[in-house]
Amino acid sequence: MRPPLTRALLGLVFFAAILVAMGFLVLPIVAIFTHVPVTRLIHEFSNPVVTDALVVSLKTIVISQIVILLLGTPTAYFLASRRFPGRSIVVTLVELPIVLPPAVAGLGLIVAFGRYGLLGSTLRFLHIDVSFNQIAVVLAICLVSGPFYIRQAIASFEAVDANLIAASRTLGAGSVRTFFRVTLPLAQGGLAAGEAICMARGLGEFGATIMFAGSLQGRTQTLPLAVYTEFEANIDVALAISALLVVISLAILLSLKATGLWQRARTPLVTGREGA
Amino acid sequence: MSTLSIDCRVPLRSFDLQIELEVAGTVALVGPSGAGKTSVLRAVTGLVKPTAGRITLAEEVWFDAAAKISRSPDQRRVGLVFQEYALFPHMTVRQNVAYGGRARVDELLERFRISHLADARPTHLSGGERQRVALARAIARDPGVLLLDEPLSALDAHTKVAVRGELQELLRELGFPTLLVTHDYEDAAALADRVGVIVDGQLRQLASPQELVSRPADVFVASFTGANLLHGVAHRREDDLTVITLASGETVYSTDPGDGEVGVVVYPWEVSVGHAHHVDSALNVIDGEVRSLVHIGNRVRVMIGPITAEVTEASLEKLGLVVGGRAVASFKATGTRLVSSS
Repeated sequence: MRPPLTRALLGLVFFAAILVAMGFLVLPIVAIFTHVPVTRLIHEFSNPVVTDALVVSLKTIVISQIVILLLGTPTAYFLASRRFPGRSIVVTLVELPIVLPPAVAGLGLIVAFGRYGLLGSTLRFLHIDVSFNQIAVVLAICLVSGPFYIRQAIASFEAVDANLIAASRTLGAGSVRTFFRVTLPLAQGGLAAGEAICMARGLGEFGATIMFAGSLQGRTQTLPLAVYTEFEANIDVALAISALLVVISLAILLSLKATGLWQRARTPLVTGREGA
Repeated sequence: MSTLSIDCRVPLRSFDLQIELEVAGTVALVGPSGAGKTSVLRAVTGLVKPTAGRITLAEEVWFDAAAKISRSPDQRRVGLVFQEYALFPHMTVRQNVAYGGRARVDELLERFRISHLADARPTHLSGGERQRVALARAIARDPGVLLLDEPLSALDAHTKVAVRGELQELLRELGFPTLLVTHDYEDAAALADRVGVIVDGQLRQLASPQELVSRPADVFVASFTGANLLHGVAHRREDDLTVITLASGETVYSTDPGDGEVGVVVYPWEVSVGHAHHVDSALNVIDGEVRSLVHIGNRVRVMIGPITAEVTEASLEKLGLVVGGRAVASFKATGTRLVSSS
């Protein structure tokens, strides 16, 4: 038994640590709403910088999510259902952008798809210009947030009981019917969770976008980019946009929790399990 | 009835499964877990591709390694009932059955007594109900052969006895080739006309349940295939003893309750052998001809009339038993168990 004084001190340190951690995490959020009166924030919502950025963000996020779902779902299904030599290398490459600094991703996009990049001459030949326009914004969002969806989708497809898929096949369903009637419905909760996290990450995309697409109001300036630009010009506008992003992020998180998908999104994501 | 013909080799983790088997009527494969039983079913359904061999149902070639034919699972008319039933959790009972085929859904729900559960999800069903749904779904697919993977192992002991009786009846009604695998010899003997014992991917013996007990091919078959199963009609007596009149004419007593058509289970090592019956505690005495003597290791299986006993080499010598001679088999009423056999 420790002396009472030591115990009291330990308890104090314990609760102080919790208090500091909680305060540190919550205070910046609170400050965004209290720095200037909320009415001033609301007033700034009609500022063209805000509305333009909102339109650019909504447009690029919708397009990028459609692209990610259409290309990411089959990729994830393939990686989840096949075992082949080098699979774990492929999976790791797909996951790499998750841990990559966004600035590096942006530079990678420039030297791959930019005017003088790897595919630059090919794209020029096809009359496709992908720098400093909304295509560039979409590409940046896809590269940085897409892996969040694919990774969760692989885990969701892997979690579908292989016996159910086998049962479907023995009941006369081909592989396509099996996918749409059994695999997809059983994986859809996890897919939705992955998609929501991917969207949240895409909405906040900053580094890769500013490098590859620039920050042109009404063209490539998304909400996070507008926060950065307006921070020097008009802090009220920056705060208004930040408040909006806090509300959107909170809404995504709460809707995930309300549907139980947040718990699913926390299932172990490590892939590379041996096929039975 | 058409015949399912299996001849295939499937490489497994520590050995190759190599099996040649003709299935007409009901055949059960028994063996310890990991013997390759389920792999046989997976090869027949096409979920696993053998490296060699041929699988046909009547005139249909499902797999032929030499001719490079391998139909996908959906192109083989099989009804596979999975061990844990593999019901689709996101569908109702009706949708599960309809997944196999829409033509006879109502009829099948009725037949398997699951109409009242049509709108329920599989998670809300009992083990016995799940099995009926799985069977209905497999049959809705209109298969040419029925495959059952451990059909009774997911059930508790009480449900199991009832379900086994139902299953026996169903298999007889359906009249198409059925291959079932189980680790429980008693289930195999109760359900199948012929039982194959499979160990390390090799079929050690394929015979009727009676023959497996009386003439086991080797020590393993002998130890694994355990019990005599005698068929007869049971009556419950007032003194709480059940009297069973065997199909072969003899009368047997059992402490188990039972009524109507039953199977009497007796293990060969519970049966004593002598020349004449001495008065002792054994109520059951069968006097008959010694039909066979099979040596397995240091023991001998002696078939007397309808029942097989297991004795040591030394007892055999002492008794001087010969095939064609007469002997008396005796066993206690408490050493018997009754199983339903309608």
